[in-house]
Amino acid sequence: MEESKKVHDIIDIKNLDLYYGQFQALKSISMSIQHKMITALIGPSGCGKSTLLRSLNRMNDLIRGVRITGQVLLDGKDIYNSGMEITELRKTVGMVFQRPNPFPLSIYDNVVYGLRVAGVKSKSQLDEIMEWSLRSAWLWDQLKDKLHHPALQLPLDQQQRLCIARLLAVKPEVILMDEPCSALDPISTSKVEDLMHELKKDYTIVIVTHNMQQASRVSDYTAFYYIGNLIEYADTKKIFTAPGVKQTEDYISGRFG
Amino acid sequence: MKLLGEKGVERLLSVVAFSAISALGLIAVFIFIEGLPFLFKYGIKDFLLSSDWRPDAGKFGIYPMIAASFWVMLGAMLIGAPLGIAGAIFLAEFVPKTVMNIIKPAIELLAAIPSVIYGFIGVVVLAPVIRDLFGGPGLSLLAGAIILGIMIMPTVISISIDSLLAVPVSFREGSLALGATKWQTVHMLTTKAAKSGIVASIILGMGRAIGETMAVIMVTGNSVMIPHSPLESVRTLTANIALEMSYAIGMHREALFATGVVLFIVIIILNSIASVAIRKKVIVK
Ligand SMILES: Nc1ncnc2c1ncn2[C@@H]1O[C@H](COP(=O)(O)OP(=O)(O)O)[C@@H](O)[C@H]1O
Ligand SMILES: [Mg+2]
Repeated sequence: MEESKKVHDIIDIKNLDLYYGQFQALKSISMSIQHKMITALIGPSGCGKSTLLRSLNRMNDLIRGVRITGQVLLDGKDIYNSGMEITELRKTVGMVFQRPNPFPLSIYDNVVYGLRVAGVKSKSQLDEIMEWSLRSAWLWDQLKDKLHHPALQLPLDQQQRLCIARLLAVKPEVILMDEPCSALDPISTSKVEDLMHELKKDYTIVIVTHNMQQASRVSDYTAFYYIGNLIEYADTKKIFTAPGVKQTEDYISGRFG
Repeated sequence: MKLLGEKGVERLLSVVAFSAISALGLIAVFIFIEGLPFLFKYGIKDFLLSSDWRPDAGKFGIYPMIAASFWVMLGAMLIGAPLGIAGAIFLAEFVPKTVMNIIKPAIELLAAIPSVIYGFIGVVVLAPVIRDLFGGPGLSLLAGAIILGIMIMPTVISISIDSLLAVPVSFREGSLALGATKWQTVHMLTTKAAKSGIVASIILGMGRAIGETMAVIMVTGNSVMIPHSPLESVRTLTANIALEMSYAIGMHREALFATGVVLFIVIIILNSIASVAIRKKVIVK
């Protein structure tokens, strides 16, 4: 961790319980996410990583029968408070999905989608932010000559970085990534990981990953989840060298999961 | 089953399927054999573009009927397509799945109501209202357009819903996660992604509107006239065939078959466009 960065919380999760109908998927979770750091969520499949991630930008609201208690504070404000504008929240806390999901539109229209949603009409402004976003996602050089080609024809790793570019265009503060590399091959994966390092300068990143090497490579902090419980949350280095809990140690040494 | 055995069933089914297809093929061939020679004898141009339909005088110009079919169809589309698409968007995007799963089959059931019933409602309810509100005979192009607009709505709604529901959830999630509202997601993304299916639903609706006969005969008044106002009485191509076939002989009969050929070709073209559009699932702008 760079010493120059002043460490402070951007997201504070307090006693968060989440139920899908009768089933409790998250059990009294409390953790804080550090500003401009990469936080990894690891744990066996079905332990609630995606559920937690989606509760940070209220994507769980889309699922019927979800009930949530507790608090998620973003810069001190509870995002589950009725005064919260969900559309504003989702622009501040953006999301990259497991399967790249560019829209069936042109590359250009994908990148400026969020701007158009926000009501930006000026062509020069759209063009400018579009170029900046593609540059930030390291796509400008490859794509600048085919901005009006269909995004769905790009290779998968470019699709995923396009989804990141599309997100950067709306200037989020936090980027949630749900296993963003699980559909990619190792070379594309390392490109996305390098990009994450670069983005860390300006953004807070929370990444769910199945892949423990990935967590140890990219993250500053790691949280280990198991069946809806937060088992351990610490410096990534500590989690992977000297875990404080037996279950964590078993998991990272591959004894289960 | 036991009686025939696996192979026997298969053979039986293929015979049934083959006879059904050949029956359809034979009908098509029959219409063309009866109608095509007339087209060449009388002249395609005179047949399609002349307004003189006097079978007893040997005059067979179907232009008034073509115009009537076109305007009735267009009116039906102007009424049925926007309402149908709006209904489909509402049901597919804004209504809980459980409710949609009840309403959609109910709407599809509307397509199964015999067209004579629609015609009956048109005559008893709609035509008097039009007469009282706007004047004219009531039984008119407008009445035909409204009734047909209602009749094609199940087609438009049902196919549009299917194509909206075929848009992957991941697109919607991606849009919402960028801060779009539900409505923005619908009009900036979902309807665009479902465009081909929606277009197909409109084209199939056009085909239905042009082909519909009974309801149209009952509500349009059936005067052979080039319409100058929606309140006038008109006769469509289909109505003309149905009304005159029973007593037509000789050239007259052949002219009606030739009208059938024209309809056949128009419907085939519309349906081919629709099936191409449906196959092209996601249109990329
Ligand atoms: N929409 C849903 N409805 C009901 N249960 C769900 C739903 N989504 C996830 N779950 C359940 O919640 C638990 C956590 O799921 P998830 O957060 O997707 O786990 P992970 O991302 O760690 O694999 C699992 O047991 C899963 O079956
Ligand atoms: Mg998951």
